[in-house]
Amino acid sequence: MFGLNQKDKSTLIVVAALTLLAPFILNPFPEGSALAQFNAGYPDLMQRFVIFGIFAIGFNILFGLTGYLSFGHAAFLGVGSYSAVWMFKLVGMNVLPAITLSVIVAGLFALLIGFVSLRRSGIYFSILTLAFAQMSFNLAYSVLTPITNGETGLQLTLNDPRVLGQSATADGSIPVTNLLPGLEMRSTYVLDAGPWLFQFNLGYYLCALLLLVAFYVSIRIFRSPFGMMLRAVKSNQQRMNYTGLNTRPYTLAAFVISGMYAGLAGGLMASMDPLAGAERMQWTASGEVVLMTILGGAGTLIGPVLGAGFIKYFENIFSKINDNVLHGWFAILPDGIEDFLVFVVHPFIGKGWHLTLGILFMLVVIYLPGGLVEGGQRIGKYFKRGSDDAQSNDASTKPAE
Amino acid sequence: MSNSNFTRRGALKAGALAGAGLSLPTLLRADGGYMNAPTGSSVTLGFNVPQTGPYADEGADELRAFELAVEHLNGGGDGGMMNTFSSKELTGNGILGKKVEYVTGDTQTKSDAARASAKSMIEKDGAVMISGGSSSGVAVAVQGLCQEAGIIFMAGLTHSNDTTGKDKKANGFRHFFNGYMSAAALAPVLKNLYGTDRNAYHLTADYTWGWTQEESIAAATEAMGWNTVNKVRTPLAATDFSSYIAPVLNSGADVLVLNHYGGNMVNSLTNAVQFGLRDKMVNGKNFEIVVPLYSRLMAKGAGANVKGIHGSTNWHWSLQDDASKAFVKSFGTKYGFPPSQAAHTCYVQTLLYADAAQRAGTFNPCGIVEALEGFEFDGLGNGPTLYRADDHQCFKDVLVVRGKENPTSEFDLLEVVEVTPRAQVEYAPDHPMFAGGALGSCNPGA
Repeated sequence: MFGLNQKDKSTLIVVAALTLLAPFILNPFPEGSALAQFNAGYPDLMQRFVIFGIFAIGFNILFGLTGYLSFGHAAFLGVGSYSAVWMFKLVGMNVLPAITLSVIVAGLFALLIGFVSLRRSGIYFSILTLAFAQMSFNLAYSVLTPITNGETGLQLTLNDPRVLGQSATADGSIPVTNLLPGLEMRSTYVLDAGPWLFQFNLGYYLCALLLLVAFYVSIRIFRSPFGMMLRAVKSNQQRMNYTGLNTRPYTLAAFVISGMYAGLAGGLMASMDPLAGAERMQWTASGEVVLMTILGGAGTLIGPVLGAGFIKYFENIFSKINDNVLHGWFAILPDGIEDFLVFVVHPFIGKGWHLTLGILFMLVVIYLPGGLVEGGQRIGKYFKRGSDDAQSNDASTKPAE
Repeated sequence: MSNSNFTRRGALKAGALAGAGLSLPTLLRADGGYMNAPTGSSVTLGFNVPQTGPYADEGADELRAFELAVEHLNGGGDGGMMNTFSSKELTGNGILGKKVEYVTGDTQTKSDAARASAKSMIEKDGAVMISGGSSSGVAVAVQGLCQEAGIIFMAGLTHSNDTTGKDKKANGFRHFFNGYMSAAALAPVLKNLYGTDRNAYHLTADYTWGWTQEESIAAATEAMGWNTVNKVRTPLAATDFSSYIAPVLNSGADVLVLNHYGGNMVNSLTNAVQFGLRDKMVNGKNFEIVVPLYSRLMAKGAGANVKGIHGSTNWHWSLQDDASKAFVKSFGTKYGFPPSQAAHTCYVQTLLYADAAQRAGTFNPCGIVEALEGFEFDGLGNGPTLYRADDHQCFKDVLVVRGKENPTSEFDLLEVVEVTPRAQVEYAPDHPMFAGGALGSCNPGA
């Protein structure tokens, strides 16, 4: 099926099942229970999971295959967002043209930056991309404010022309993003199953569908001769050059593809929530996708998606636990112990979520250098130890030496 | 398979097929005809404040005020300003008999993060009202989101003209004052102090608040004869302003206007004092610094540097009316120090929302909008106040303050120079600085 081998097909099916059933999987705890705090199955966060999954998959095509560490990928995400919002402002609220434009614009922008940055490799390449991204950020932040609206962020207004749509709806509000007229991105069905509440959101399923397409394309690239060439670049670029091969077209193609993935993610972000802010291009945002990829497992197919989910989960769930919630959890304990436990846990929740994430990131990098995927493989091996030691792991890169 | 879930009929069929245990699917959780209608014995409010970033101090104080307000609404504590509030609908029995619960989030002083946090409050926690925000950029972004989602937004500390100007929304309300009001209150004081022949240099936080405040102050000071030498924009995330201060020395300006707030102002003022600007004589006049939007938290952060520097503020804990005294007392009892203006506006906004819901008899945003529009009240620390229906902006007296020369305690850092009466800071709803937007109509989200 789809020109995939058995193993890749099962990976794709697993990812498809995970994304399509996410509203169930991410809401394991009944509403109203103390653990409901840890539910992540609401549309906004699910959308973020898959959008950053797409972003990380794209980043992995560059970093995982060629080993070129770009520290400026957020620039493409930001450019994609701005293009999409401008489409909503000028043309109409349909998301398809907006997403198409953001992919194209991000691709062109990546071509430009890649053409310059790829003249160097290693740390110099990283610094060049970082510099370009910071330049884009500062341009968006303070120079190109007529286009980007600076720190405030580009937003829709009632006065936008929207030539193929309407400037304002009949009741005087800004129209919402849609797939077809009437199919609004935000429309959600809530399924009340006893104490559980499952939310099915149209926007999420559009993102999920595109994630599957993106994931499929990424598998095909990984398994193609082109992918093999990229791995050869990672393995030993000099040797390739000595054999008379010009590697730059390959790396540039990987860079542009990866930039288009980022543009797709940016366009989707704007489609789910029509706003684009300069902070999406900041170096911290670029660093985040590097973390996602490394945390999940660089060079593996599914790793970046896992890493993206992991980081977004912490950002959105742990940052919302406050002392009040903690007191609720420990309420059954005697007062002194309750206060003590709250005091101990306090630095790790709420605004301290960065700390928790940092500690986990360190643990993963130290004990599981291959990321979460390696963790999964180790657990898998533990269960079928002895049966097939010879089996190689399916998705990780193997240097071609 | 994804598309089959999106028609009510399809979902019903699927539900019927799935059989027992699955009750009727509901659209958008809009049971009572509006978004997130509370069904149980409690109602959830969302408090979205910056816990990290340049406005983190203000955010922490806002959160304290929200907690205090919820405590008072649920009948705890001494009731604070509920006892002095001119509307007597609130009885300490929650809102409409429902216990008030709240969720908190971190805006990170970034529009994106703030919207994500607000969305999770709406989609996950079922909040009917979002309040907070210590940055106008964030407030404008979250206000837009609440309008789309059908949730009431009670703006916290946001001072940009745009919040109730070109970006105003029917579901959004602001109690805090704005850049125009600051300028209108400050200009006469500055004229008396520094005369009419001055050259002003603006350093401005580069986002909606800075832009509109700079515009307002420049317009007001130019009207009294001042000359604006230069306007320089600085990034909100900046922490070191030395590179922006150095050019001021050679610009020929004799007044520096710092359109900065929170951590930005603390750093830029400290840099300016370190560069010796305050001891300079330029054009035969003493060099002066003006901070149009002032707060005690900033004064605390900047320490001795604020002495003698003028600015405006929405409210100050040293005010001697009954309401302010009651609020300072209950806040002080709970936390051990007096509240900031950010805390005050957030506390007041929560009370105003609760009172509006009580008077409207519903949490439906359209009912709340109707109850708040044109609402006149007193006893919340600012004297008689009007929530203007045209732009959902509160009109009240504005305080002009000065950094105290001889503070008697670590909280006694500002002194009130003048209480500018409401009439002097009022403007027409279609004033050019506020034009270009429209409220639209209230959105109940269903």
